[in-house]
Amino acid sequence: MTSSVSIRDLSLNFGAVSVLQHLDLEIADGEFLVLLGASGCGKSTLLNCIAGLLDISDGQIFIKGKNVTWEEPKDRGIGMVFQSYALYPQMTVEKNLSFGLQVAKVPQVEIDKRVARAAEILQIQPLLKRKPAELSGGQRQRVAIGRALVRDVDVFLFDEPLSNLDAKLRSELRVEIKRLHQSLKNTMIYVTHDQIEALTLADRIAVMKGGVIQQLADPMTIYGTPENLFVAGFIGSPSMNFFRGSIGRKDGRPVVDVGGVAFDLSRYPSRAPLKDGQAVVLGVRPEHIRVDEPVEGLVSHPATVEIEEPMGADNLLWLKLAGQPISVRIAGQRRYAPNTPVTLGFDMASASLFDAGTENRL
Amino acid sequence: MANPGSLAITVAGADAVRDELSGPRGRRPQRSFSGRNIMIYGTLLIAALYYLLPLYVMVVTSLKGMPEIRLGNIFSPPVEITFEPWAKAWASACTGLNCDGLSRGFWNSVRITIPSTVISIAIASINGYALANWRFKGSEVFFTILIVGAFIPYQVMIYPIVIVLREMGIYGTLTGLVIVHTIFGMPILTLLFRNYFVSLPEELFKAARIDGAGFWTIYLKIMLPMSLPIFVVAMILQITGIWNDFLFGVVFTRPEYYPMTVQLNNIVNSVQGVKEYNVNMAATILTGAVPLFVYFVSGRLFVRGIAAGAVKG
Repeated sequence: MTSSVSIRDLSLNFGAVSVLQHLDLEIADGEFLVLLGASGCGKSTLLNCIAGLLDISDGQIFIKGKNVTWEEPKDRGIGMVFQSYALYPQMTVEKNLSFGLQVAKVPQVEIDKRVARAAEILQIQPLLKRKPAELSGGQRQRVAIGRALVRDVDVFLFDEPLSNLDAKLRSELRVEIKRLHQSLKNTMIYVTHDQIEALTLADRIAVMKGGVIQQLADPMTIYGTPENLFVAGFIGSPSMNFFRGSIGRKDGRPVVDVGGVAFDLSRYPSRAPLKDGQAVVLGVRPEHIRVDEPVEGLVSHPATVEIEEPMGADNLLWLKLAGQPISVRIAGQRRYAPNTPVTLGFDMASASLFDAGTENRL
Repeated sequence: MANPGSLAITVAGADAVRDELSGPRGRRPQRSFSGRNIMIYGTLLIAALYYLLPLYVMVVTSLKGMPEIRLGNIFSPPVEITFEPWAKAWASACTGLNCDGLSRGFWNSVRITIPSTVISIAIASINGYALANWRFKGSEVFFTILIVGAFIPYQVMIYPIVIVLREMGIYGTLTGLVIVHTIFGMPILTLLFRNYFVSLPEELFKAARIDGAGFWTIYLKIMLPMSLPIFVVAMILQITGIWNDFLFGVVFTRPEYYPMTVQLNNIVNSVQGVKEYNVNMAATILTGAVPLFVYFVSGRLFVRGIAAGAVKG
């Protein structure tokens, strides 16, 4: 696995404010990496540093094995797509696509060839003579992607490219970006705050918070075994159910005691031995709780349905257990009226357990 | 029941249904003579009259002969229309020893206004672009100094500038005056352009940098074509400001280079001979015609430019 983009010990400070601290990141050739985090977590800043639009305070950036730390953006072999499209309003689509090439004094024949190819890949040939103002949001973003495409670069940078689009277009263009990546096989770095985009597109996701990468792994690992409480709570919608409690023993087996309700941990694959009395947070995803299904090996507790949210394919139940609200995802055709007493079955093998103090996975 | 829509229902029966349908429906009727409208249009009308009346008096007076003016009816329209005063004001009114009217001042003003406007806008737009997009070390300090410059009264700087121009050997020339106008236009114009460029999406600038465009390419190919409204605003500010300037014109030039405003003053305020009110009025209108023309031609663009600069920021 050769490295396409390599970030070593990167730090960035704005005056006294430290935005990124000693960040290391290796991105493989042809990989689709998503930087995911809430706004202000430093993900766009990191992307701007890779692009060379922000001068870094410390560290090094390598692209394709070349040290580009001090290079101008145009010399880094990158193309970038912005949230607001950033098309030049006074130029036609064709001029928008060819502007960078003309600045670089590429011969006209070559420019025409590359523009034609990009237009074909993105199916924007009929739009070439139009101005950006005459395009819809989705068409504009396609042109913006085309502008990165014609540059024939190794690395594509996407800065929340779909956030300005409506839901339907967003899912369409998401598929299109994935298709583009599969056919071009370029390295792509994609910044988003949308976990669905991250989970569907990424080869690997870097979840960021406060300028630090919290977890870097493939989507299933991030979803299934989050490294800490932040990642667990950030990924998944509706989010994971959390129960604060402490480690105890019942009938000789380790349990989490949540306000008198015990969760048997004998099926939980813990990484380290659990200490009695240790304060912990138990996390269970809504789909890892069964309702009225007597399956072998589940930890069962009675609860009462409070609210039902039917969503078509799924049905989301809100219940109360040990005084805490919890959400459970069940199949769409199974309906429950409010105040129905049910039995919940917790799949402890898929659950997550975090230390209440360090918030790291146990 | 005049409403045909509800008529059909009425035939069908049910009084309750008719009551429901005959209630308010569609666009709410608007009374043209509501108290609110009378208030608004009345105020506008009075304000318009207040501003137009002096102009009317000036135009009417400038078209009368002196005997008619002496009758003293300043509001009455001219009995006998004459363009004599206009011709005299333009070509043969005397200021001191020169008797070639305002025409000399007009051409002086043109020769002052055009270069001053072009140069000051060119420099200020580049300044504003650099301050908005290329944050260099000390750019904030530089900007602050420039803004403070806008608040220093001109009078304080007149004498030092006279000395500077004298030492440079351009005191009393048109070049000197153009330089002075350019410098004094700089703070406010730079502020204007900086705020406009800051309001343009930053990602556009970033995209251009990734495309490999440098300082000048971005300015000329990307920023400039997007900035027509603010250029129009700057142009209007500069043309009217410099054209109407009196102080610098009288301080920094010699009589043969006096701008139109200074000459107008000399014509109107001359103490010898009879006060020729009609000539004075004509001369004043001629002098004010240029800014007036500029406003009329570009007023709409001006408003749009101001709005673009203010709202987006």
